[in-house]
Amino acid sequence: MTGSVQSAPATGYRRDIVVFAILGVIIAAVYIFQGSVYSTRVFVEAACYAILALGLNIQWGYAGLFNVGIMGFVAAGAAASMIVSFPTNPDFWNSHGPAMLAWFIVKLVLSGALIFFANLSQHIGAGPRLKPLLIAIAIAFAWIMLSSHMDRMAHEIETKAVWMGGLGLPVYLGWLVAAIVAGAIAWFVGKVCLGLRTDYLAIATLGFAQIIKHFLKNADWLTKGTLTVSPLPWPVPRPEDGDFLFARALYLSVVAILIVVIYLALQRAYHAPWGRMMRAIRDNEEAAEAMGKNVNRRRLEIFIFGCMLMGLGGAILIHFASVFDPAGFIDLNHTFLVWVMVILGGSGNNRGAIFGALLVYVIWVMSAPIASWFFDQLRVYGDLWFHWQAPGDLDARALQMRVFVIGLTITLVLRLAPRGALPEEISHKR
Amino acid sequence: MAEFVFFLNKAVLSGLIIGSIYALGAIGLTLIFGILRFAHIAHGDVMTVGAFFTLALAGILSAMGFSSPIPLVLITLIPAMALTAAFSIGLDRIFYKPLRDRGSQPIIIVMASIGVMLMLQGVVRIFAGTGTRNMFFDQPKDIYRIPFPGSTRDLVLTEPQLVLIVFTFVAVIALHLFLTRSRLGKAMRAVSDNADLALISGINIDHVVKATWVIGGGLACAAGSLLSMDVFLKPDLSFNLLLPIFAATIVGGIGQPYGAIAGGFLIGFSETLAIFNWSVLLRPFKASLPFDLPSSIALVPTEYKLTVPFVILIIVLVYRPTGIFKGRVL
Repeated sequence: MTGSVQSAPATGYRRDIVVFAILGVIIAAVYIFQGSVYSTRVFVEAACYAILALGLNIQWGYAGLFNVGIMGFVAAGAAASMIVSFPTNPDFWNSHGPAMLAWFIVKLVLSGALIFFANLSQHIGAGPRLKPLLIAIAIAFAWIMLSSHMDRMAHEIETKAVWMGGLGLPVYLGWLVAAIVAGAIAWFVGKVCLGLRTDYLAIATLGFAQIIKHFLKNADWLTKGTLTVSPLPWPVPRPEDGDFLFARALYLSVVAILIVVIYLALQRAYHAPWGRMMRAIRDNEEAAEAMGKNVNRRRLEIFIFGCMLMGLGGAILIHFASVFDPAGFIDLNHTFLVWVMVILGGSGNNRGAIFGALLVYVIWVMSAPIASWFFDQLRVYGDLWFHWQAPGDLDARALQMRVFVIGLTITLVLRLAPRGALPEEISHKR
Repeated sequence: MAEFVFFLNKAVLSGLIIGSIYALGAIGLTLIFGILRFAHIAHGDVMTVGAFFTLALAGILSAMGFSSPIPLVLITLIPAMALTAAFSIGLDRIFYKPLRDRGSQPIIIVMASIGVMLMLQGVVRIFAGTGTRNMFFDQPKDIYRIPFPGSTRDLVLTEPQLVLIVFTFVAVIALHLFLTRSRLGKAMRAVSDNADLALISGINIDHVVKATWVIGGGLACAAGSLLSMDVFLKPDLSFNLLLPIFAATIVGGIGQPYGAIAGGFLIGFSETLAIFNWSVLLRPFKASLPFDLPSSIALVPTEYKLTVPFVILIIVLVYRPTGIFKGRVL
């Protein structure tokens, strides 16, 4: 991460070949020992994580932005895609729900405009005392209007139609909307935090992710809440006649094509003047600013791009799982795991991010049975040797071992191998 | 009058209580932020660990057959604070100091603190399970009912709440005296203001760093223990605390202990006032109101309580990033 002079790997791609050969061996081993149906499922999920890791990699690796709210963007993208592509609910369309929803959107836009203009009120002569007052009034007014409307709307929809259902549009459109929604949220968060040091971004994203999850969990009219929505449509034929392998392989190829496209685009951006400028900003903000670069604007751009990829990855992940459960979005799985992937794979290197995603996800999936086995042994031998009475919730505790291991991995990688398995390539062309 | 007493109980007293918790957490956070210059994201989990230390020590005492008129957890709070302080210094030695010595960017240390947060969460749940625990071992809590003149309702305060309010008061005064009168406290403020200048004027940074962790860890332990005495001890206690204490720190101004106190109470009162059902207060005037009184008028539904500190945080970041007390903008 630091901009100091590093000994560039003179051997070019040798490290890549070694690292990906190891990965190939691991993939082959998983296929041999776990069967191809299950393994394909694992690798579809791993591929979705690779998209998340690429999104984080451009934020952290290219621009040094500290986003710990990946889970929020994943959840937002998943929810958006679910709503766009899920079949429609006729009960909702026959009630007053659609009209109320339309009014809600109108009021939302109006409130946004109101707050926006209150922010510009110094141009029409509002002084330093009046402006904060106007802004406060605008926010309070918008809040009361929106929250009371939402209460009535939620009540109407929940009593008449349970929930609003989807829009019944194609899945690919849903994925696109997922990226756009995640990008819009990122615009808001970035606008607030990117002018300040990146610690603030960390805190704000951490909090915002919780709020998005909370909202999706409690807004029963929108997402059915804890009842969960399933089955989500697939862009490829679903495994209806039991041929899981073929359907999953098709899904995997769709995701793989997407990853290749994203990878090529990101590589091109990295070597383009735009990418060079991003790295210049990351390594020496003052110098870049002195050269006339608009630092905050560039950061906002890359933050939005990264979050769009996260929204897309979340949507693909949730469609594959086929169940939308707001409680299923967990910081550990959807934020910190992605962080481990990126810093272990090598931040700033897109191949490193993909490698890290695949490797870490396989280890993550395989670690659950290993942890259970380990704790079973502990129970058996603890009883045998020390007459230790194991607590009843030992299995639940065993899973917590993974939380510990993820934390330990983060600290160890930062200490011992801060550049990761495939470090960022720094060319020394003169 | 009964409605007014209800308001005092539900909004003012609970704001005071949760505000004290936030203030105690935010003081440590702001000192670490000011002196070590990184956001210590594991602070909430230090609180949880501290609460478990208190419970574990009380468990050991009660297993030894020790009994006393005051609850054991209140006795073991002080040694648990010392233990948590030592634990925090240990965390710093093992995880943060090597990175600092290597000259890593602050953001790398923030990331390490995320790693520490996950490790602490894992350790707590491996050893203590995921269920909730009662800090008082099934003994009932003392409840004080203070009669309010002219009302049938009483002001209600439990023993841990009373201890918490008194403790916060004493801790704030002690902290003030420490920071303004003692050599070490002045040194801490100097390092917080300008680390390079403090270093060349001969201040021992190592002592200052240790003192920071002692204060931060001790207060975090107290806050975590007293909060879990008030409700229950859960391993995910820190989960709902992290955002409010960070909001309190930034609202108060980073590196400003007094700001952290003010920010903690501001966030605490905002939360309780936002989720308070205002229609209760209007009920006596029901007849003279021009409109029908809805059964509940709350600014924010209870399940969205977490948005209150977040919204305050966003407003402060947009309009006054230095916070109320003119802290540093990192």
